[in-house]
Amino acid sequence: MNHVLERTPHVPTRALSLETLGMTMRFGNFTALRDVSIKVPAGSFHVLLGENGAGKSTLVKCIMGFYQPTAGQLTVDGREVEVAHPRAAHDLGLGMVYQHFTLVPSLTAAENLVISRADVPAKINWAHEREALAAFMSKMPFQVPLDVPVGRLAAGEKQKLELLKQLYLGRKFLILDEPTSVLTPTEADELLGMVRGLTSAGDLTCLMISHKFREVTAFADEVSVLRRGEYAGGGKVSDLSTADMAAMMIGEKELVRSAKRVATSGNVILEVKGAKAPDRSGFKTIEIGDLKVKAGEIVGIAGISGNGQMELMQMLAGQRPLEEGEIRVKNTPYKATRSEARKFNVRYLPEEPLKNACAPKMTVAENIFFRDFDAKGGKNQFWLDGRRMMAEAARLVGEYKVKTASLASQIASLSGGNVQRAVLARELTGEVDLLVIANPCFGLDFSAVAEIRARIMAARNAGTAVLLISEDLDEILELSDRILVMSEGHIAYETPAASAEIGEIGKYMAGHH
Amino acid sequence: MTTDIGLWGVPLAILGGAIRVSTPFIFVSVGEALTERSGRVNLGLEGTLVFGAMSGYAVAYQTNSAWIGLLAAAFFGMLFGLFHGYICKLPKVNDIALGIALMIFGSGLAFFFGKPYIQPVAPHLPAISLGWWSDVPQVQAALRVNVLFIAGIALAIAASWMLKNTKVGLTIRVAGDSADAARALGIDVNRVRLWSTAAGGALAGIGGAYLSLYYPGSWNEGISSGQGLMAVALVIFARWSPINCAYASLLFGGAGALGPALQSVGVTQGYYLFYAAPYVLTLGLLIATSSTTRAMTAAPGELSITK
Ligand SMILES: Nc1ncnc2c1ncn2[C@@H]1O[C@H](COP(=O)(O)OP(=O)(O)OP(=O)(O)O)[C@@H](O)[C@H]1O
Ligand SMILES: [Mg+2]
Repeated sequence: MNHVLERTPHVPTRALSLETLGMTMRFGNFTALRDVSIKVPAGSFHVLLGENGAGKSTLVKCIMGFYQPTAGQLTVDGREVEVAHPRAAHDLGLGMVYQHFTLVPSLTAAENLVISRADVPAKINWAHEREALAAFMSKMPFQVPLDVPVGRLAAGEKQKLELLKQLYLGRKFLILDEPTSVLTPTEADELLGMVRGLTSAGDLTCLMISHKFREVTAFADEVSVLRRGEYAGGGKVSDLSTADMAAMMIGEKELVRSAKRVATSGNVILEVKGAKAPDRSGFKTIEIGDLKVKAGEIVGIAGISGNGQMELMQMLAGQRPLEEGEIRVKNTPYKATRSEARKFNVRYLPEEPLKNACAPKMTVAENIFFRDFDAKGGKNQFWLDGRRMMAEAARLVGEYKVKTASLASQIASLSGGNVQRAVLARELTGEVDLLVIANPCFGLDFSAVAEIRARIMAARNAGTAVLLISEDLDEILELSDRILVMSEGHIAYETPAASAEIGEIGKYMAGHH
Repeated sequence: MTTDIGLWGVPLAILGGAIRVSTPFIFVSVGEALTERSGRVNLGLEGTLVFGAMSGYAVAYQTNSAWIGLLAAAFFGMLFGLFHGYICKLPKVNDIALGIALMIFGSGLAFFFGKPYIQPVAPHLPAISLGWWSDVPQVQAALRVNVLFIAGIALAIAASWMLKNTKVGLTIRVAGDSADAARALGIDVNRVRLWSTAAGGALAGIGGAYLSLYYPGSWNEGISSGQGLMAVALVIFARWSPINCAYASLLFGGAGALGPALQSVGVTQGYYLFYAAPYVLTLGLLIATSSTTRAMTAAPGELSITK
């Protein structure tokens, strides 16, 4: 990485230490962060733990100058600093990989890397830049295609590129906000292993937000735990057990136990026959030969992201027209119109719900009311019933423990996990005969994961047919009655969950069989 | 003196028309492409164009120099752009609504100040005769190319190059595609958009000056037949690429010459229909090149029309 340092000589050459003192952040009259002090020594790998909405992202955004804390101080390498702006943080050598991607979708990876540099020349000499990039890439443990617009890369590749970008910029203190939520376990290990190598060598300090204890115990030196915006404890990972950390995170609360699987047998609710549709690039075809889901059954679809799961979801939700074949619900052809979905009680929870299942700038209450605003008790309603909306939203927010400043807040201001809960509250209310879910536990903390899985299992036990599309194999194994593996646009393998072998499933996921 | 060249007149007239009519489209659409690449839509360019036509003509008349008129038009166009860019920065302002307001405001203002300049005659912008090699007058007429046409083509190429190869260009694209990403990079999105809109306004002003100072070459209230608005639509058609904007403008200009050309060779039936040719052609191509299942990859992610 020498050439990076040569280009930006004012950037520190060794890992930085960092300390926050009494950080407090208020949004209106809601306090997201109260008097938080943490200490991250140079060259350490520090993990920030906490439930959804505990204030983890808020804390690191204050450090990065994205928010101006209401009170509190920041010290970098023992010097008190004022970070008014993300650029000021960058000048200090601080860098961050955000929870959502911050790459520019229409720019190529090479363009994204070059424009992120502070010293981009007015005229970019691409021949020269390309050489420098190739030299940089050759020292990295993993590669990303440089000439494809980033919007076309898979989530895993984007995340690698985000990390590569920070290293390319020569950052010495790196904040990672749930970097592995979009990666497969192997990819995650590779990525974190690399960061670990850099911290051990004293080239980098890392502050990571994570929900995965496995990663904490495998890679981290120390943890700090936040609970409802306050510092709840911390210490060396070697001195703490997983149970200790979990206790600090959730306090006195009781963990939800997953409901027992009860024996059910029901009619076929969803049937997909010979359905064909082009994938998002338009060059490949997604082909689902024969897929049936019965009432009271969870069918899990495993697979590495980008193998057609997103398109399958869109086909079922009517967002991607079929070229051939058909989808039937309760033995009737199904086109996923609003009235059909209502008649057959079909509900969806797509991945990235903020983008795919919400109107981000509308309020929490309005978003929760989307299924019901135009109907009441089977009759169409012309006027919006604001009082019913508020009452309904208040009930569901309470029941699903959605943490929000108020019912009138924009849903986009909620933390990732709470958006998930709000959408799930909307989709699981009322009678549900068919539930199609994609990655329902992305980015959720463990207690929320337990709770949401329990709800899915409860729905199944009550006779709902569930199609669960997930990249998390553990989730598939825990919940499913039957497991299918999707690879390169079609279903490559099927097995009952009871006799499933992880090795076999893994082979089909990877496409070797 | 005219030589009868029969049906050859039609393609010649189309070529000539393409060159003459396309110039204001090139300027306005390249300008708008820059603005939209930064994440804003300025629908007010129609008003800017009309004001540019008026101010260019008036200043050219007062100073007796078409070039000073042109500069004045660019300057006033930039002011309009800055105004749009500045107001859009304020919370809860919608760029499209503001654009429509500015469109009417610009035209109205131009009519108000332009009243005394309808009669006087201002100097014209110079043209270069590229048809000297031929002694057919129609060929010579078709190849009388205004310097602004050449400048416009050069501008489109330069703008495309800039978007790929310069810091400014990449910055504009970042601001237009993802405001979050831009903020993470420490880019002041509003400032980038302000100056992109200003540049778009200045170019639209130049486009207007071309109308009053070259073709048709006089100032009156009916000078624009919606070129400013159409150019904005051409940007979408051209998928936000300045070079494509130039092609689209040429195509549009050429198709626009079809009606008059047919009329001149004696087609009297239904030639009115051919006046609609540019619109039909653009609409047809737009439908043919779009798809409901594939994402429109070139569209800047921050535009309020694509968001
Ligand atoms: N811009 C904002 N305006 C209002 N409230 C906000 C804003 N940003 C965050 N909050 C609130 O602050 C609280 C903490 O949010 P934060 O995003 O820091 O949680 P988190 O710990 O990162 O959770 P997760 O694990 O779900 O990402 C949440 O209740 C959230 O609703
Ligand atoms: Mg967060």
